[in-house]
Amino acid sequence: MADVISAPFHAGTTPVERRNYLTEPKGLWSWLATVDHKRIGIMYLISVMAFFLVGGIFALLIRLSLFDPSHMIFGHKMLDAETYNKVFTMHGVIMVFLFIIPSIPAALGNFVLPMMLGAKDVAFPRLNLASFYIYWTGAALAMVAIVTGGVDTGWTFYTPYSTSTQTSVAWMAMGIFIAGFSSIFTGLNFIATIHKLRAPGMGWFDMPLFCWGMYATALMQVLATPVLAITLLLMTIERLFRIGIFDASLGGDPVLFQHFFWFYSHPAVYIMIVPGMAIVSEIIPVFSRKTIFGYRMIAFSSIGIALIGFLVWGHHMFVAGQSQTAVVVFSFLTFIVAIPSAIKVWNWLATMYHGSISLETPMLYAISFILLFAIGGLTGVFLGALSLDVHLTDTYFVVAHFHYVMMGGTVVAFLGGLHYWWPKITGRMYNERLGQIAAALVFIGFNATFFPQFIMGGQGMPRRYYNYLPQFQPMHAFSTVGSWIIGAGLFLTLGYLLASLRKPYDAPDNPWGGKTMEWQTQSPPLTENFEVQPVATHGPYDFFPVGTH
Amino acid sequence: MSSISTPVTEAHEDAAHGQHDPNLQHHFATKEQQFDTSKIGIWLFLATEILMFGGLFVGFAYMQSRFPEAFFEGHKHLLKVAGTLNTVVLLVSSFTMVLAVHYARTSKRKKLIICLAITMFCALIFLGVKYIEYTHEFSEGLYPGRYFSNPDDPTGHEFIFFSFYFMMTGLHGIHILAGLCVMAWLLRRAIRGDFSRNYYTPVDVVGLYWHLVDIIWIYLFPLLYLIR
Repeated sequence: MADVISAPFHAGTTPVERRNYLTEPKGLWSWLATVDHKRIGIMYLISVMAFFLVGGIFALLIRLSLFDPSHMIFGHKMLDAETYNKVFTMHGVIMVFLFIIPSIPAALGNFVLPMMLGAKDVAFPRLNLASFYIYWTGAALAMVAIVTGGVDTGWTFYTPYSTSTQTSVAWMAMGIFIAGFSSIFTGLNFIATIHKLRAPGMGWFDMPLFCWGMYATALMQVLATPVLAITLLLMTIERLFRIGIFDASLGGDPVLFQHFFWFYSHPAVYIMIVPGMAIVSEIIPVFSRKTIFGYRMIAFSSIGIALIGFLVWGHHMFVAGQSQTAVVVFSFLTFIVAIPSAIKVWNWLATMYHGSISLETPMLYAISFILLFAIGGLTGVFLGALSLDVHLTDTYFVVAHFHYVMMGGTVVAFLGGLHYWWPKITGRMYNERLGQIAAALVFIGFNATFFPQFIMGGQGMPRRYYNYLPQFQPMHAFSTVGSWIIGAGLFLTLGYLLASLRKPYDAPDNPWGGKTMEWQTQSPPLTENFEVQPVATHGPYDFFPVGTH
Repeated sequence: MSSISTPVTEAHEDAAHGQHDPNLQHHFATKEQQFDTSKIGIWLFLATEILMFGGLFVGFAYMQSRFPEAFFEGHKHLLKVAGTLNTVVLLVSSFTMVLAVHYARTSKRKKLIICLAITMFCALIFLGVKYIEYTHEFSEGLYPGRYFSNPDDPTGHEFIFFSFYFMMTGLHGIHILAGLCVMAWLLRRAIRGDFSRNYYTPVDVVGLYWHLVDIIWIYLFPLLYLIR
């Protein structure tokens, strides 16, 4: 190790000759048994992308089948009703638990978080590797569930249906139970890393905002996921033993399941969106060439979301039978939790104001995020309003809201982050023009797919239904065409990203002019990340004012 | 953000002088930093344990409030003496665990080994007593859920009490078993002489875990055995 650190390194030499984490040590085993956070991040990245592809194919199938209420496409029956139930369930389960939750923290966060802090690795490297294999164990059980007949409960596993249906609920629940521990260990690792492995001179308020976002996410991962674990365990035991906790016919209470489930799953949607916000907080100042506006407000709003996010779960159950007092309190808290999100949006806009904005692919995704998240977040406030929610519960309005936040928010931010750090991760530049085209396709396709769903939901189209009234057919068809545009954008992205890997290293160390520490080392980085221990001497967004350099 | 100013990393310095501490992982600068990090890690892990058991406790409280008579009738079948004995055994094991950490910190290898051995012995007694209790309950047909068969159940919902009894003590028992395994690993390292005042993090961390497992039992015992 010492000889690597002292290896000669000159900023001007050809990048090809550089030693880096990708090429040494060599061999498949050196990857599978690695404790290097960067390699684990890459293994996670490949895994989550694979599940994104699987979940995405399920999504395209759902949309194609819904093109017409008869589910006949060119004279062929697409999905029968039972298959349809399974397909949307597996779309949801795979996307939520195997793609979005690990996507930003475990894949990108694993790679960049230690480097942003100027650290050599995460706090517990072996736990990090264990977490990757736990993830795959859970994923393998989920695959078993799919192969043995699938699951048709919806991703929420509501009782009593989940404890009585004959599909592979137990396998799927155990898969998610196990994958949850991988999420817990990632969060635990990140909290310890942020507390103890910041570079000399880097105080809490000198950290990049991505680290604050990861910290808030990790808090929720650690504190909420165990509750999901016990909930799924109880649900599975109820299935197998009929213990009478959730089954009303045995004396139990299905609403108790909903409380348990949403006590995890509402924080879980923040586990998914806060990392997206964290990425956007990095991209916006770099591509506006301007110091972030309201650093502390953005940092505290992440923590605020994490804390208040634990107290709003009841808004999923306004029509499920809660006391009037509880309903009013949950509605109020739901409005409150919108405030920190709004603070972030305004601060990003203030950062861009009078900035020197350049519209490369990461910035296009960041701006997409702001637009889509604004719609997704505000429609969440609609759903938090008591009287309106009674009308909109279990309609496509909820589906559209959820996708505007999860896909328009998190996935778009993930794509932005992937492009932003691609040169650092792989040492190659992707094709910028194709990147911009793909970002535009994703943005247009996304709105085409999901905006009609708001309208349909407002008119009463129920979610998850196999059949629908003929009056909704044009909007369903529009939505389906939109899903093809998203698909085109994403496959284009896959194509040019993979194509870039065939090139020799051509990425500069700091292609975007970022000020955070991961840009201060070579691309791709050394196994030890930095030649020497970096020291924080200035803030993460100290750009020169426009026109002075 | 970084200005390249610190000349060398800690690990580099150690390697260069041939005095690299095998207990200091390369990504930490000092032992104190490594120790503190481990402590943060274990406390967070304990928090997850509390939240996981918390789900069971909430479920227990909710179902008990629905069926107080069933829970009262159910608890009469439990062996109070065995439960009390196990409480004492675990309290003793907590004490010897504290001593183990103390002796690890003061480099007293022999006493550390003795204390770890006593703690493990207590854990084994606990599991043995639990085995006797389970056998007793099974012999009376007191199984969880649908397998429950007690013709004398006056309430019709005793099976819920026994479902929770077996889930909570079962999950707790798994934690005792896990503790036994990591203590066996500690014992092996202690005999090898790995621990001293310079390095005793694993003993400290396992100690904290063991106390949590004990505390959970301290709550389980009155909740399950001493219902009034």
